[in-house]
Amino acid sequence: MNDAHCFHCGQRLPAANGKTVRVAGKRRSVCSADCERTAALIEARGLTEFYRFRTGPTGAGNVSDTGLDRWRAYDREALQREFVAADADGSRRAQLLVQGVRCAACSWLIENALGSLPGMRSLRVDPVSTRATLHWDPAQLKLSEILTQLASLGYTPIPYTEEAGDKAARLEQRAALKRLIVAGLGMMQVMSFAVALYFGAWREPQIESFLRLVSLLVATPVVFYAGAPFFRGAWHRLRARALGMDVPVAVAVGGAWAASVWHTLIGAGEVYFDSATMFVFFLSAARYLEMTGRHRALSLTGALAHHLPRVATRLVAGRPQAVGTMELQAGDRVLVAPGAVVPADGVLASASALLDESLLTGESRAVRKNSGEPVVAGSLNQEQGLEFTVTRIGAETLMSQITRLVGDAGERKPRLVELADGIASWFIGTVLLLATLVGYAWWQLQPDRAFEVVLSVLVVTCPCALALATPAAFTVATAALARRGFMVRHRGALQALSRVSDLVFDKTGTLTHGATSIVSVESCGSASAADPLAIAAALESRSEHPLARAFPAPDSALSVDAVAAVPSAGLQGRVNGRLYRIGTRRFAAELGSAGDVSGSRSSAADRLIFLGDENGLVARFKVEERPRTGAAEVLAALAGRGLRLHIFSGDQPGPVEALAEQLGISRWRAELRPQDKLAEAKSLQADGRVVAMVGDGINDSPVLAGADVSVAMGEGTTLAQHSADCVLMSESLEPLLIAVQVARRTMRVVRQNLVWAAGYNLVALPLAAAGLLAPWMAAIGMSASSLLVTGNALRLARAAAVRRPVQPARAAPDTATPAAKPCCKGAAGAAS
Amino acid sequence: MTIIYVLIPLGLLLLAAAVWAFFWAVRNGQFDDLETPAWRILMDDDRKPPPEA
Repeated sequence: MNDAHCFHCGQRLPAANGKTVRVAGKRRSVCSADCERTAALIEARGLTEFYRFRTGPTGAGNVSDTGLDRWRAYDREALQREFVAADADGSRRAQLLVQGVRCAACSWLIENALGSLPGMRSLRVDPVSTRATLHWDPAQLKLSEILTQLASLGYTPIPYTEEAGDKAARLEQRAALKRLIVAGLGMMQVMSFAVALYFGAWREPQIESFLRLVSLLVATPVVFYAGAPFFRGAWHRLRARALGMDVPVAVAVGGAWAASVWHTLIGAGEVYFDSATMFVFFLSAARYLEMTGRHRALSLTGALAHHLPRVATRLVAGRPQAVGTMELQAGDRVLVAPGAVVPADGVLASASALLDESLLTGESRAVRKNSGEPVVAGSLNQEQGLEFTVTRIGAETLMSQITRLVGDAGERKPRLVELADGIASWFIGTVLLLATLVGYAWWQLQPDRAFEVVLSVLVVTCPCALALATPAAFTVATAALARRGFMVRHRGALQALSRVSDLVFDKTGTLTHGATSIVSVESCGSASAADPLAIAAALESRSEHPLARAFPAPDSALSVDAVAAVPSAGLQGRVNGRLYRIGTRRFAAELGSAGDVSGSRSSAADRLIFLGDENGLVARFKVEERPRTGAAEVLAALAGRGLRLHIFSGDQPGPVEALAEQLGISRWRAELRPQDKLAEAKSLQADGRVVAMVGDGINDSPVLAGADVSVAMGEGTTLAQHSADCVLMSESLEPLLIAVQVARRTMRVVRQNLVWAAGYNLVALPLAAAGLLAPWMAAIGMSASSLLVTGNALRLARAAAVRRPVQPARAAPDTATPAAKPCCKGAAGAAS
Repeated sequence: MTIIYVLIPLGLLLLAAAVWAFFWAVRNGQFDDLETPAWRILMDDDRKPPPEA
């Protein structure tokens, strides 16, 4: 069959498993029973529309996750108390972080599949933060049922408690939006009165003073409610004995308002309510846009911060009991199921265990631990169930401590001085001084016009365009990149990214998927009726070992029983009644008496897995880490843009060299400890190179913090993301290339904007100082200049949206996907 | 033109009503997600799922 990818999950189909599922009237091939079940469920609910609109392949619910038992502990009151709120009528509300939500189609699917459950009052899924907000009636619907349903659609729900930071961000956004509304509506009203006044529609003084009074009434809340942040900002800056952008803004807005009030009261002179409100509106709009971009980046990284399970299995007098993790106490004996996450720090009580500590270390290879050795919260149990004795829980665990440590370090990390801020401070000082001088001169010559001229000077030179020049460009670029899967966590990062000369990559999890894949299968003589790969897959489906993930999903026609894991060796079990062993050469060969244990050694780049039966070795599987899809093309394009590429890896030289060769990278270093990576990066920097580090693990954290700009992988550790400037949320490396291009264009736009703003001020200032500009003309000039600057910045959104230099080969697993392409991408202009 | 003494205050009342309505919408989270609703319109959701699923 030519259609070699699974219709549901997009993975390559294992050879001829013949599984198909009928979706929207067509037969589709799927790779495993999980995908079959999930697709059939979607079909049964009549929600196949989902496949037309999703932007890419989605996950499938696997058997162990979809059972009701898996989620039953969430019905416990003690556990729900942590993240569920009860309403007065007894109904409950909760937020879930839903892993696997990719775009709006996923949220539509969840809302439609679950929204009709009896007892579900309301359900909303935000695809940006991947957060679901639930409101349900516990009398009719159990939380565990909701969670089970989510899991069977292929999404993993994680109970979510809003952190203080998230809540503050949401309140900040709402407050800013209210201010923007007040400023916008107020400005329109005041403008309409001002037009009447300018054109002198009614020369009757009574009507004129009435219009002024009404303008005062409307402008006052605009200035003091919508404009409050400027006054507060100016006050803070002044108290810190510094000049910020807010100072002249506050002086101009406050001055214009005060003078207008005075003129309204005495019934003579000009009023400038229109200029003041327009000014407040434009600045509020710019700040609102900037804030939205910032929050989006934060919420995506913050959302990944919850990794510890909320449910633990405590052994009470030898009997397992599901409890909330927070209910645990030091000294408790806790059982961790295969494939589950260790909930607390402790000491291993089982004889031996294989733990994946990649959450902490970033290394995908699991660590062998023996009885009495410490286990850390957050590590993944890779083998059979283990028992350990709790020593520390919650905030005292190693993971929480390190998270806090990195958070603190991030706060103190010196940021690149922002270009515009440096200029602005100097510029503002000059403007204020000039305005005073001009005011003094006019006071001597023509005291009655002095105020008007000073106001014109302040308004026309208002650093509005200057203030907008940088943030507008950065905001648009940040938003556009976020849509392409590249989160920029602060402005300095884009600036640094535009100057990068050397890109350094970590290997595992960055250039490669953390997971491994099988590159070749060789028969080793001993004839067997069945396909060795199918037998191996069936056996490995019972294992949580990281290498087991390399095997395809098992064929359900094969019966597997009596599977036992032998630590550091492999698995033994019966497939269709025959006894097999899979694992190291020695272990697999030992089963058969005639096994030849000696043999040719393989090159260091390969990792080999052997399958043996009672007659000796059956087959040999060569396993290797596969580079990310399209990585070679992206790297070539980056090199084509004059960037030097490096690999710094903690792995052995063999695999590193093999990968470097495959990807065409000539500079690579292997067996580097975290501090060595940092030292290597520092030596590059000492040569005057600007270094960008792309990495995913804790072992990369020091170098991520030390590089000029750092990019963490979205699937990587939370800690790495906390110490990085940018986060790459996509499966492919393509956004990195786009980010470099957009960063360069952004800096070009910023320079254009600054030159324009400065040029405009140079022309306008003398005119205003000479008294040739009325304040309203100054206000229009200022606005036009700001609009020009903003419009120039908006071009960046197009730049990021249209350019598609590398098309990942994996992107079209079925015919329906191309139609879905515009889904999350076409909206790049929405920020405008 | 004394009519404007009536019309302008009326306009201001409307303005106040509009601001109040916006504030109400913001408080109720209508502006928290500006993206999903735009895509939702493209999807058929008036097709009822079969009663038994």
